[in-house]
Amino acid sequence: MPANLRPWIVPALLAGLVIFLLVGSLRSALFAQQTVSGLANGGIYASLGVALVLIYRATQVINFAQGAIATFTTYVAWQFMQWGLGYWGAFVITLCVAFAGGIAIQLVAIRPVERRGNVLTVVIASIGVLIAVEGAVGWIWGPEIRFMPSAFPVRTYHVGGVAFSLQDLGTIGVSIASVVVLWALFQFTKLGLAMRAAALRPNAARLVGVRVSWMLSFGWGLAAVLGAIAGMMAAASPSVLLQPNMMDGVLIYAFAAAVLGGLESPLGAVIGGLAIGAMLNLLSSYVSWVTPQLLLPAAFVVMLTVLLVKPSGLFGRTRVHRV
Amino acid sequence: MKRRWFELGLIAAAALVVAVMPFLLSNYNRSQGATVAVYLIAILGLNIVTGYTGQISIGHGAFMAIGGYTTAILTHNHGWNDVATLPIALAIGFGAGVIVGLPALRFHGAYLALLTFALALAVPQLAKNYSHFTGGTEGLALPTHTGLWLYGLAWATATVVFVLTWVLLRGRTGRAFRAVRDSEIAAASSGIGLALHKTLAFGVSAAFASVAGSIYVLINNFVNPDVFGLTLSLYILIGAVVGGLGSLWGVVVGAAFVQLLPIGLTSSNAVSSEAVPVVFGAIVIVVMALLPQGSAVILGGIAGLPNRFRRSHSSYPPPRMEAR
Amino acid sequence: MRALHGVTLEVDEGQIVALLGANGAGKTTTLRAVSGTVRREGEVTYDGKSLTHQGPETVARLGIAHVPEGRGTFSELTVWENLRLGAITRRGSIDEDLKRVLTFFPWLEKRKSQQAGTLSGGEQQMLAIARAMMQRPRMLLIDEPSLGLAPLVVTEIFRILRDLNEREGTTVLLVEQNARNSLAVSNHAYVLETGRVAYSGTSDELAQHEAIRRSYLGY
Repeated sequence: MPANLRPWIVPALLAGLVIFLLVGSLRSALFAQQTVSGLANGGIYASLGVALVLIYRATQVINFAQGAIATFTTYVAWQFMQWGLGYWGAFVITLCVAFAGGIAIQLVAIRPVERRGNVLTVVIASIGVLIAVEGAVGWIWGPEIRFMPSAFPVRTYHVGGVAFSLQDLGTIGVSIASVVVLWALFQFTKLGLAMRAAALRPNAARLVGVRVSWMLSFGWGLAAVLGAIAGMMAAASPSVLLQPNMMDGVLIYAFAAAVLGGLESPLGAVIGGLAIGAMLNLLSSYVSWVTPQLLLPAAFVVMLTVLLVKPSGLFGRTRVHRV
Repeated sequence: MKRRWFELGLIAAAALVVAVMPFLLSNYNRSQGATVAVYLIAILGLNIVTGYTGQISIGHGAFMAIGGYTTAILTHNHGWNDVATLPIALAIGFGAGVIVGLPALRFHGAYLALLTFALALAVPQLAKNYSHFTGGTEGLALPTHTGLWLYGLAWATATVVFVLTWVLLRGRTGRAFRAVRDSEIAAASSGIGLALHKTLAFGVSAAFASVAGSIYVLINNFVNPDVFGLTLSLYILIGAVVGGLGSLWGVVVGAAFVQLLPIGLTSSNAVSSEAVPVVFGAIVIVVMALLPQGSAVILGGIAGLPNRFRRSHSSYPPPRMEAR
Repeated sequence: MRALHGVTLEVDEGQIVALLGANGAGKTTTLRAVSGTVRREGEVTYDGKSLTHQGPETVARLGIAHVPEGRGTFSELTVWENLRLGAITRRGSIDEDLKRVLTFFPWLEKRKSQQAGTLSGGEQQMLAIARAMMQRPRMLLIDEPSLGLAPLVVTEIFRILRDLNEREGTTVLLVEQNARNSLAVSNHAYVLETGRVAYSGTSDELAQHEAIRRSYLGY
């Protein structure tokens, strides 16, 4: 493959995917419906994936607890609703709780470990957080499955003979909106610039007075907020039930999304998440031997393939590793 | 020389305790004791691949599942004698380990952790799916044995595996493994056959985990996908880490910790059974913060600590996970 | 690993002080000790305040700007973002500061959306100095600004440093291997050798005293 064509492979693949989805949707109502509900799942994977990328970019740490933290904050939202708060009120309060919780976890569980250990010990610490937080959910609320109300009233819209659920459209909207808001925060605010600088070159950032360790904590806080959004959307969706281990599978799909994006590109995670969501849903609808239980292994295969073929993901720059 | 005798004396004493234990314990506790041996075998396996060649695996529960289901399917569906399935599980586990280890050569730490984590969750799903063989979500039932028999089998196997590991690690292979872990670049340039050794480590590691899974299934006398869920993989990793990566005796500590601590906490009523994971997770974090090398440090740093896991002297952000 | 073995420096306000010496003499480490980038024993006093236990973030906020070896520019960010980062810890408008910086480096205006990593070496060095200026520093620590740059560019940079010192009154602690240019622009000079101060005197003295110059600076 001539070198000057290489940078066009990924955009071409993406364009091909978009065309495939559009054409299929126009030709078949079922296809359109499955694409949209797949994209809704994809929005959830994308949100959680961006959370993972946020933390990885800044600290090279893969936060295995991201899903568990999302689960915990979702239960918090559920609890507020049980206490009588309306959906959006509970939503906003939960985001604040998530932000504080993310910072708290970073301060209590991660920072002390970072100080003395290396990345492996921090990863293991994040596994400790995973166990503790999932355990806390089971301890506080019990293992029974609960019902999470949805943000959106149960309504369907009919466009050209195709029925789209408001739930799906709303999930896509909220996921994309949250990522866009985050992007705007990073691009246009002073705090965002400081956080980017801290993630890119922590030593140089210190020299201009940026308190890099605070920026890292904020990063965890923001990641937890994204996770909370992902969790609340997930719990309301038909395929995920509100139970202590509910985000375990979603975390894998989020990993796959992040890996597709190269672990360092939020845009890549978003596109990766949406693509995975749509494709997996279409696969299970149209290919008879693809059962729901095979979707997780499928995601594993996707991750493995990407890492074998283009480890820097679709959007990353290839880092050369010589031995 | 004195230290030698002291160590041998300790080993003899420990062996005596293990041998006498089952006669003092109730049947239930015997199976708990047997489970400690199971963890011991699995953690020994993990230690080889993570502690000695530095390849992170959070998915050893998947290899245990392979061994467990092999034993279950052969005994349940084909009427095999259960002990006879152990070598088969060993061989299949080795094969699986090599299959995983080959692509793993190309991934550095972060990605390998990710992939093995995904593997840990994906394999039980496969078991659920191909229910024709595996009994699906309901699983398969297995013949029962006395607690004493199980205890004996488990600890006999554990002893064999432990000695095997010890021999393996002392010889040339062990030195080669350590060289790989401490500096891949140096190891590669000295012609150690990097790929061969890393894959070999994975294979052996998976083989051990597989056998552990077989015995685990025999102890519980049934198998279903949830038995080998994510929690199991995580607990094996924790056992290896709390015990001390790169330390053989630390593995014993780790295995005991993982199996007995939750039981100790609940039976002493200090903590309700739902709160056990919280305590567990907290302990992991504390250990990582205070004693990243695990209990091996307390045990006297026997196997020498890996360079990669030693803290470099800088008070600022952790070094990037090195490319492997 | 200990790089310095008892270095005592004094820098008076408004002066340009040159820190000279061969590779490995400890010049960079000395600067890092001042800005707090490395651990230090002993004392660092600034304007009567002790900096000994402060980290680089605090030191920067106290008015010391450090342009490190390798410039410390954020290659992935734009020129404008690099400049904004200089003033990141201050509230309020930075327009005044930007205007002032542009009088020294007018060409930055046109390049403001360009990625900093795509600038030439000399331009990046000037961007680094501009960024430091955005911090409104009372003292500027600058490490080997001439490294890898063409002679014309080097002259330009030293001219800017002298300008900065004269117009803004910024104190400068300059680490350099290029002794000739440094002595021409500075008031006082120290020569470091394997982590110790080997010579201290006015720059004129050092420049004119052939014997000392030759033994410590080799020319």
